[in-house]
Amino acid sequence: MTTNQTTAEADTTVDARNATCPGPLMDLISEIRAVDTGTVVALLSDAEKSTTEVQEWADESGNEVTDIVDEGDHYRIQVRKL
Amino acid sequence: MTEHIAIVGGGTGGAVLANNLAEELDAEIDAGDVSVTLFNDGPDHVYKPVWLYVAFGKREPADGRRPLRDLVDDRVDIRDAYVADVDPVDKRLSLADGEAVDYDRLVVATGSQLDPDQVPGLVAGGHHFYGEDGAQALRDELLAMDGGHVVLSVIGTPHMCPAAPLEFVFMLDDWLRERGRREDFELTYTYPIMRVHGNEQIAEWADPRLAERDIATETMFNAEAVDPEAETITSMEGTELDYDLLVAIPPHTGSDLIESAGLGEGGWVDVDQHTLAATGFDDIYAIGDAAQTGVPKAGSAAHYQANVVAQRLASEVRGQPATAVYDGKTLCFIETGMDAATFVEFDYEHPPAPSEPTQAMHWSKLAYNESYWLTARGLL
Repeated sequence: MTTNQTTAEADTTVDARNATCPGPLMDLISEIRAVDTGTVVALLSDAEKSTTEVQEWADESGNEVTDIVDEGDHYRIQVRKL
Repeated sequence: MTEHIAIVGGGTGGAVLANNLAEELDAEIDAGDVSVTLFNDGPDHVYKPVWLYVAFGKREPADGRRPLRDLVDDRVDIRDAYVADVDPVDKRLSLADGEAVDYDRLVVATGSQLDPDQVPGLVAGGHHFYGEDGAQALRDELLAMDGGHVVLSVIGTPHMCPAAPLEFVFMLDDWLRERGRREDFELTYTYPIMRVHGNEQIAEWADPRLAERDIATETMFNAEAVDPEAETITSMEGTELDYDLLVAIPPHTGSDLIESAGLGEGGWVDVDQHTLAATGFDDIYAIGDAAQTGVPKAGSAAHYQANVVAQRLASEVRGQPATAVYDGKTLCFIETGMDAATFVEFDYEHPPAPSEPTQAMHWSKLAYNESYWLTARGLL
């Protein structure tokens, strides 16, 4: 579902570009834990693996990936907390 | 006019920075052109890695605590005061007692705090080794147990010392084996994502070692609530685990003053990952846990960042371009038992590559723990 443009605005953004440890997905989960249901969180990651890991975690945890956008030097992955 | 550099926080980053500034700017300080003040909420400097060993009766909390005044250069003014607020526009700190202190340059080194209340039931139902009292209570609980199910659950992300949860279960396994009690215990390690550590290389290294040691793993486990009566922990993903002893890595937060000052969200300062300058503020830096860099909240990272910021501040005070940059360098020793450890070194460009654990590396970690006080003094 990777596209080249974002279809919806995120309510908050987690910038995990260059994150070495513990990594982008952990940063995203921390934010998802903190926000209210319905909030859309955008994760910026330069690790391509984040695109599959976030989808896998969202499926498992019952959250929704609304966008995965290739923005050139990084990915913008948007997740709605359900 | 004297240029005033204020450092908020006297942990590893703040102490190393204060000492480095005293060294780098000795002439300017002696001439009265520069002053450096280190603000800390309490008189002591605390070396947190000691707490892991407190849980196993190998150290006491006092082993990780020394007066800041004994560690920091006399040319640095130390204030035992809680900084309640920062006004980054007027360049003014507000102390808890109402006093206002002006600064010319500011470094935020406020670290991390535990926030277990984020998870219902965790305070009543969980133990931890991320504080002096918690580590002592955990030690007493471990010594009192005859057997049962110990669950180590990584809840807080990000948290201090990302290797420590793995170290704890490896050490617990070995500690029980040494005492002939391992078969009476079941050990489970839970982690929030699909592998046993956020860093892929460390996860690949740890996974087979956990299996070899008969330490069960539960990945994709983000604790939602703890029931202290039923002794269960449930995850956002719908998994429930029974426990006899829950050892949790609690949620962490940064300092409230960071968000109220507009320096970042969640208590972490939004910084340039290389210069460590706060976004939008030329005269504010952040180091250590408080800086949102993407590297672990670890003492080694704070140490290297303090070196960089000391050099940058010295250049700026002298009217020279600041060229020192942080490359993400982080070092971690990882205990794999009571007498073996491995070691990793990594940065923004190079991932960690854990080596085969050795007894020599374990002794290196213990030796470093003893010599840490030279690091705090800015000597090592």
